[in-house]
Amino acid sequence: MTVLLAPQMPRTLPQRVGWALADGWIVARRALVHWVRNPTVVAYQLVWPIMMVVMFGYVFGSAMTVAGGGNYREFLMPGMFGQTMMFGIATTLMAVTTDASRGVTDRFRSMPMSSSGVVLGRAIADMVNSCGELAILVACGLAVGWRWHEGPGNALAAVGLLLLLRFALIWVGIWLGLLITPEAAAAAWAPLFPLTMVANTFVSPSQMPGWLAVVAEWNPLSATVAAIRDLFGNPGMPGDSWASENAVLLAVLWPLALVAVFLPLSVRRYRRLAR
Amino acid sequence: MTSPALVAEGLRKRFGANAALDGFDLTVREGTVCGLLGPNGAGKTTAVRILSTLLRPDGGRALVGGFDVVGQSAQVRHHIGLTGQYAAVDEILTGRENLEMWGRLYHLGKATARRRADELLERFGLTEAADRRVKHYSGGMRRRLDLAAGFILAPRVLFLDEPTTGLDPRNRTEVWRAVRSLVAQGTTVLLTTQYLEEADQLAHQIAVIDRGRVIADDSPERLKSLVGGDQLDLVVADAGALGAAAGIVARVTGAEPETDADVRRITAPVRDRMEALTATLRALREAGVTVEDVALRRPTMDEVFLNLTGHRAAAQDRDEQEVAA
Ligand SMILES: Nc1ncnc2c1ncn2[C@@H]1O[C@H](COP(=O)(O)OP(=O)(O)O)[C@@H](O)[C@H]1O
Ligand SMILES: [Mg+2]
Repeated sequence: MTVLLAPQMPRTLPQRVGWALADGWIVARRALVHWVRNPTVVAYQLVWPIMMVVMFGYVFGSAMTVAGGGNYREFLMPGMFGQTMMFGIATTLMAVTTDASRGVTDRFRSMPMSSSGVVLGRAIADMVNSCGELAILVACGLAVGWRWHEGPGNALAAVGLLLLLRFALIWVGIWLGLLITPEAAAAAWAPLFPLTMVANTFVSPSQMPGWLAVVAEWNPLSATVAAIRDLFGNPGMPGDSWASENAVLLAVLWPLALVAVFLPLSVRRYRRLAR
Repeated sequence: MTSPALVAEGLRKRFGANAALDGFDLTVREGTVCGLLGPNGAGKTTAVRILSTLLRPDGGRALVGGFDVVGQSAQVRHHIGLTGQYAAVDEILTGRENLEMWGRLYHLGKATARRRADELLERFGLTEAADRRVKHYSGGMRRRLDLAAGFILAPRVLFLDEPTTGLDPRNRTEVWRAVRSLVAQGTTVLLTTQYLEEADQLAHQIAVIDRGRVIADDSPERLKSLVGGDQLDLVVADAGALGAAAGIVARVTGAEPETDADVRRITAPVRDRMEALTATLRALREAGVTVEDVALRRPTMDEVFLNLTGHRAAAQDRDEQEVAA
């Protein structure tokens, strides 16, 4: 049997970045292969938002009024986009906890590979997954009469804000995933659901009781949803609180703050796991 | 003399109130195999996880390949291979894809990783199943794939945590052969096991671990003589003759035998295997005792423990702890 010797350790910064990217790509490709071979998981993930569009758009929609007037389904779709980004965290959690419980994470950690590579790979894979999800949801929105009205430039900016939120939540997911079990991850939707409801996703906070409205307005999801409603030109009158008036700013700041906190935390957690 | 491949000094690790390692000391010479022998819950996995940089000790110090496992963990990872106690393989990928992926993560080129995967699949008898998803593999096949991944590079120090638990004898032999070939190339191996037989087959040095501490550390020969060498098992045809037969065995072997009336079995430690076997059988025949079955074997872990510690390996409650953990 041939003998292969351990590779030289990367020394310079460019070498280290090179390793992280190479490792990240291999880890990401593995996750993408998982999805391709388990299309039911992906389909299941998509049934949820489509079901919500149908339920809220048609079942409850007739009884819903949009604060400030406008078509409810036009109001609803940005909320759905935002909620889907938020639920994406469950995908991250599931993948991270499964690998940890099967010992795959330990194998990664015992290898001479870049530790940022592993988390980077997860992030790349989840971003690809979310882009696909968003594309299908946009098609679904177009089918129920949702449109963007402010030109393709603004529409793309809105998509960018959505993906920024998803990117930020990946790091929350990785960090949390390294703390909990797959069983807990499977139940993640239970706390997530209220988090996506106490926001401006389905009804405007101005229609909620006072204290709930404050929570809803400061919810990071609300910032993104309010900002993209603006950018898409969809109805939904923002309230007059500072948070509502500076939605675009918050839609950028919130995710950046989450990344600034949770990216280093998750890399650190990964390195020091079980210590 | 070269510096040791692995040194652990006073390693300590607690999980809550439970001390998994409690002053663990071990030195393994370059190019040798050390068998870490102990019952469930003795601390074997914890020791391996600390030495392979997965876990940080609460106290003590360890060097692997001359590098500190805490302060120089990245360097340590460059020189080790690890096959954990539970198969860490990707269920959705095929066996070949698994090995190619791990190979790429060891920074082998694409073609090299592929060639290496083919070689290892062949070596571990997985060529036929190579393109099937691991999800459909049997436990033994997963285990072999997991081991193959630990062999991708010839690491300086290879950690194998209970590598043959759950394998059938043929696969066990295959694993042993692979370990030997790596050692021939200069790899140092730390292998944990619950079987003295396995440590005896492979190891130059056996360290017995009990409650987080090494309680005996010696060559297999010396350890075996310490615990009374091999064991002779005799089954007599007539339960009534058990007492008389035990007396004869005691006289011939010079050791106090244990008897088990339910299965009509007498067990005694023996020093000179063949001599003891023939002498005992002759004496029994002369006394007119019919022997139904006879076997010479290595002492079991339990017997080693009984001899070294005076207590049985508390396997049962530790098993429960393991399940709970
Ligand atoms: N992550 C953990 N949390 C709590 N207790 C643990 C953990 N890992 C091991 N232990 C405990 O430490 C002791 C040693 O375990 P371990 O090293 O797995 O033993 P072995 O591998 O020899 O069976 C056991 O009592 C076990 O229950
Ligand atoms: Mg163990």
